[in-house]
Amino acid sequence: MNRIDRRFAALKAAGRTGLIPFVTAGDPSPEHAVALMHALVGAGADLIELGVPFSDPMADGPVIQHASERAIAAGVGLADVLGWVAQFRQQDPDTPVVLMGYLNPVEIHGYVRFAQEAVQAGVDGALLVDCPLEESAVLAPLREAGLKQILLAAPTTAPERLAHLCKAAEGFLYYVSFAGITGAARLSTTDIAARVADIRSHASAPVAVGFGVRDAESAKAIAGFADAVVIGSALVERLAGATSAAEIAQRVQAFLAPIRTALDAR
Amino acid sequence: MPDIRDFHAYPDEHGRFGRFGGSYVAETLMAPLAELTEAYLRLREDPAFIAELDRDLTNYVGRPSPVYFAERLTKHVGGARILLKREDLNHTGAHKINNTVGQALVARHMGKTRIIAETGAGQHGVASATVAARLGLKCVVYMGAVDIERQKINVYRMKLLGAEVVPVTSGSKTLKDALNEAMRDWVTHVADTFYIIGTVAGPHPYPLMVRDFNAIVGREARAQLLEQYGRLPDALTACVGGGSNAMGLFHAFLNDRAVRIVGAEAAGLGLASGHHAASLAAGRPGVLHGNRTYVLCDDDGQITETHSISAGLDYPGVGPEHAFLKDAGRAEYVGVTDDEALEAFHLLCRTEGILPALESSHAVAQAIKLAREYPKDGLVLCNLSGRGDKDVHTIAAREGVEV
Ligand SMILES: Cc1ncc(COP(=O)(O)O)c(C=O)c1O
Repeated sequence: MNRIDRRFAALKAAGRTGLIPFVTAGDPSPEHAVALMHALVGAGADLIELGVPFSDPMADGPVIQHASERAIAAGVGLADVLGWVAQFRQQDPDTPVVLMGYLNPVEIHGYVRFAQEAVQAGVDGALLVDCPLEESAVLAPLREAGLKQILLAAPTTAPERLAHLCKAAEGFLYYVSFAGITGAARLSTTDIAARVADIRSHASAPVAVGFGVRDAESAKAIAGFADAVVIGSALVERLAGATSAAEIAQRVQAFLAPIRTALDAR
Repeated sequence: MPDIRDFHAYPDEHGRFGRFGGSYVAETLMAPLAELTEAYLRLREDPAFIAELDRDLTNYVGRPSPVYFAERLTKHVGGARILLKREDLNHTGAHKINNTVGQALVARHMGKTRIIAETGAGQHGVASATVAARLGLKCVVYMGAVDIERQKINVYRMKLLGAEVVPVTSGSKTLKDALNEAMRDWVTHVADTFYIIGTVAGPHPYPLMVRDFNAIVGREARAQLLEQYGRLPDALTACVGGGSNAMGLFHAFLNDRAVRIVGAEAAGLGLASGHHAASLAAGRPGVLHGNRTYVLCDDDGQITETHSISAGLDYPGVGPEHAFLKDAGRAEYVGVTDDEALEAFHLLCRTEGILPALESSHAVAQAIKLAREYPKDGLVLCNLSGRGDKDVHTIAAREGVEV
């Protein structure tokens, strides 16, 4: 069993909602990238989504765009990100790590090489935003190496397609809560709840909801019907400019702890 | 690469030109792209739509554009006859209008009320603002902050036409970033918004649709040459930014194997300098802006910043059909430097009284090189994609002249 499946099974058994923070790898500081991952776990993360910086993040809002730009300017590349996961794994053998990013860095690195190195580093899954199911034949080496292919579903996804996506979903299905880019805030929990119910009628995989979750209140609303919530832009924004490992850990704790509490109080 | 019998059979139903093209977009855009593909494939075969488009191309754009024998330029060069397909004479001054007229009609048929577009040189932005004004649609144009600075006249033209011009300050603040930002707008307003992409790039069906709307250029030129010269040209050339004017000229000739096809990319300060925008001549296969194609990127897969004196060629990707034609060996892609383009610009001004766009000047420079390779009775057909009024300030500044 993969770490992702194990983690969701454990959450289900405990009746808890998963907390999935997203951070851009190497932001706010490449030096403290591994410390940041440990801090996330320390503050209650059940799974870490680690963004691989890309120069042209078409699906991201300004907060993650800028984080990506800062990381690239600091010289962060895919090899660094894989190195950090390997280092993280030395102390944390259990928390699943999913790399999230765009196709070009992986394509240029080479799919087979990426798959081998990622598995070796201890990566559990990959969510490549600009690689929809229709184009995912190129990702075969990743699946063969044992990486879970995390798929997105969106409010615009048509019913037949949704059924299709649900069937192909591995690890968990990531439901994008509104049609837009990361970091915008337009949550309508009733709509999302209805869509998630739809997804559940097709999917056996757990459902994580992301885009627009910013705080304890919005997380708690989502937790009523999702297996996990993803929090990205609001966290990345909070971390920007932090310079020491202690400051990073302190900001992570201050931001995530109330969310963890709200999820557990459900 | 297998031997290809019919170049007109591409793309396939997934928008693939061999291994290039496709739809590499986030899930949220899959539905609007499917809706667009369905609408476009239907309209493409609809005689009423075709008649409507033809009427607009004739009465509004001013087609057909002439093929002009540049006699004094030819004499000056001393090689084969150079023929210019005069897209610079179109309404708004470039080939871009062929595409925006077509896409605006598609938008109207789909009931969309808001047009968005990205632009580099501003020509596509102007052409989009133009058709939006004509159809009474709201228009928002995304433009890199750097490009806004170097194409001020076109920014003002767009505003006069009623469009809102939004400066893009992310990334390199040029065309590629404007495209990212337009995609972000589209994903946020999918219900009422139609995204008019300005070149043969982007996800399926854009490379197909934009090529179709510009293919009128090559269809006309092919018939004009047969009529006026009784034969096909020896060689074709056009500048390649995203590749729409080039694809427009090339498409009708793809199955005429004896016709040589050469695309001129922006070599900027020279291919060896690293400061250029020659994705085909110097890039590698990758994924950018929704399709697999040749891109300029580093070993980490980060798209690199490009350089060209012409904003319209300053793009690190290229339409997937060009990538396909390159790998199939059907077309050659070569670099033309800033200096070569400027020299051709002045030469065309002085020998023919035609002031070409800086983009098109790259094609003229390549046509001159080609003309030297063929005998005097040879024919080299060059797409003069646009006029240079918009570039007068850039050229004056570069030559230290105040205007
Ligand atoms: C006159 C002219 N020619 C060529 C181009 C380059 O675009 P494409 O390669 O799509 O024809 C532009 C783009 O702005 C242009 O304005």
